[in-house]
Amino acid sequence: MSKILVIAEHLDGKLNPSTARAVSAAAAIKPVVIDVLVLSDQVDAIAAEAGKIEGVSRVLTIARPENAHLLAAVLAPQIAKAAAGYSHVFTPSTTFGKDVAPRVAALLGVAQVSDVMSVDGPHTFKRPIYAGNAIITVEADPAHAVVATIRTASWPAAASGTNNAPVDALALDVALPTHTRFIELKQGKSDRPDLQSADKVVSGGRGVGSKENFEIVYKFADKIGAAVGASRAAVDAGYVPNELQVGQTGKIIAPELYIAIGISGAIQHLTGIKDAGTIVAINKDAEAPIFEVADIGLVGDLFKIIPDLESALG
Amino acid sequence: MKILVGYKRVVDYNVRIQVKPDGTGVVTDGVKLSANPFDDIALEEALRLREKGTAEEVVVVGIGPADLTAHLRNGLAMGANRAIHVVTPEVIQPLTAARVFLKLVEREQPGLVILGKQAIDDDANQTGQMLAALWDRPQATFASKIDIAYGKVTVTREVDAGLEIIEAELPAVITSDLRLNEPRFIKLPDIMKAKSKPIDTIEFASLGVDAHDQLKTTHYTAPAKRSKGVMVKDAAELIATLKQKGLL
Repeated sequence: MSKILVIAEHLDGKLNPSTARAVSAAAAIKPVVIDVLVLSDQVDAIAAEAGKIEGVSRVLTIARPENAHLLAAVLAPQIAKAAAGYSHVFTPSTTFGKDVAPRVAALLGVAQVSDVMSVDGPHTFKRPIYAGNAIITVEADPAHAVVATIRTASWPAAASGTNNAPVDALALDVALPTHTRFIELKQGKSDRPDLQSADKVVSGGRGVGSKENFEIVYKFADKIGAAVGASRAAVDAGYVPNELQVGQTGKIIAPELYIAIGISGAIQHLTGIKDAGTIVAINKDAEAPIFEVADIGLVGDLFKIIPDLESALG
Repeated sequence: MKILVGYKRVVDYNVRIQVKPDGTGVVTDGVKLSANPFDDIALEEALRLREKGTAEEVVVVGIGPADLTAHLRNGLAMGANRAIHVVTPEVIQPLTAARVFLKLVEREQPGLVILGKQAIDDDANQTGQMLAALWDRPQATFASKIDIAYGKVTVTREVDAGLEIIEAELPAVITSDLRLNEPRFIKLPDIMKAKSKPIDTIEFASLGVDAHDQLKTTHYTAPAKRSKGVMVKDAAELIATLKQKGLL
C-alpha cells in the first residue's frame, strides 16, 4: 500500500512540467495516494496547477517567506518532516531535484535511487549508470522509505486539466537554517519553447562556428517552433549560454523531434538525446558518430542546408 | 583554512563500458582506472584556493581497497598536502560515503569540503548533499565559480534555468561542475615529491559507520540500441520525410 509524496518544482510562480513527469512515475507504482507538496512563499497558483494533474490525490502546501527560493538546505528539513507516513518521496531528476533529494534522504537516514527510468515494483527500479552505457535494476529495502529522483526524459507528463485535487496547507513546526542565502538567478530570457519540455529541439554544435553564426540555428528553430539546444563544445566555445547544453552534464531531453546541426555526437551528448523520438543529424562529416544514432541523416554544409530547409518549408 | 577533497577512483572516462553477458556487472578487469573527472576539478579548485592564500592545507580523501594508495599519490602529485585513505574492500554507497566523510570532518574540522558533483561510474550525484545534511551545514552543488571572503562563500551554480548565485556561511560543502576550472597536469618532479607526502590509513570498521546497504543491484543490462536510420540526399527530401512522419 504505497503512499507517494511528489515534490513540486516551480519557478516564477509556475509549476515546472517535470513535476507531472514525476507524477507519472509515481502512478506506475499503483499507489493508494499520490500527494504533491508545494513549498514556496506564494503557493496558491502553483498548488492550483498541481491539483489539475491526473492521479494527484491531494496538494499539500507550505507557504513560508523562507521558501521564496528553492534552497535545498531550507527545503530539506520541511520535506523530511512532511514525508512522515509516506512510503516514497519523489522529485524530478532536474538540478532542483538532484540538489534537494539527497539532502532529504540523508535526513531520513535512507538511501536514494537516482534517475529512475522505469518502475518494476514498489521497491524495484531501473536506472542508468556509466552515462547511460549500462542500466541497473535496483531493489530498495522495503523497511525504509524510498527517496528517488525521476529521470524526466523517461516519463511522459501526466495529463492535466481533468483533476481537481483538494489543496491543504501543512503547518509544520520546523526550524529553518539561515546559513544559506539566495542572491540571484541569471536566466537567458527567451520567448522560445522550454528546452527541457519542448516537442521539437534544434541543437547546434561546434560546426556552427561562432556566436554570430548561431543566429541561423535560432532562426530555423523559430521557423518550426522548436526550442534551441547546443552541444557542450558549442557552449564551451562561447557560442551560447550554458543552460542550452544538451547531454550527460547538461540537460537530458526526450523531444519528439531532435535536429542536431554541426554536432559530431560525442558520447556525452548522445546520452542526453537517446530517448528522443526522431533524431535528425546534419553534418558535413559522413563519418561523424551522430549518424550512428540518427534516424535521418543528411551529409553536407549546414550553411547551405539550413537556408534550403527554410525554403523547402515555404 | 583546511579543505577536504573527495578523490574517487573510477573507470576512465574514455573506456567503452561493456556489460557482462551474465548481467552481474560491467567489465572492469584490465580496464584503465582514473580519478573521477569531477574530483580532479574539485581538487584543482582547492589547490587554487590554497595558492590564493584562502586555504592553508588541502587533504584528499579516498575510500577503497588497499591498492587505492597509488591513486591517492596522484592527488598528492597534483598538489594536495596529504591524503586520508579509508580502507575497505567493499564498494560503498553514497549514504555510507557521506557518513564516512562526516567522521573525517569531525576529526579534521575543515572550513570547506569540495566533492565532485557526481562520480562517472554510479552517476548517483548524492554524496555532497548527504554530507551537508548530516553535518547540518550549507551546500552549494554544481558550482561553476567560487569566491571566498569574510567567512562566507559565494557560489555560482549551474542550474537548469541558468546560473544561480547563492551565499553560504563556512564551513560548507561544495560540489564541482565541469566549468569550475580546468585541472592542471601532473609534472614528473611532482610525482617524485608526492612520494614523501603522508597518507593516513584508517580502517573503515574503526570509524563505527553504519554500512548497511539499503540498495541492492540485482541486474545489469546494456542500454537498448537505436536502429540504424536512413540517409536523405537533400533538404527537400528531409522536409518531405519529416512531414510524412507528421513531425512538421
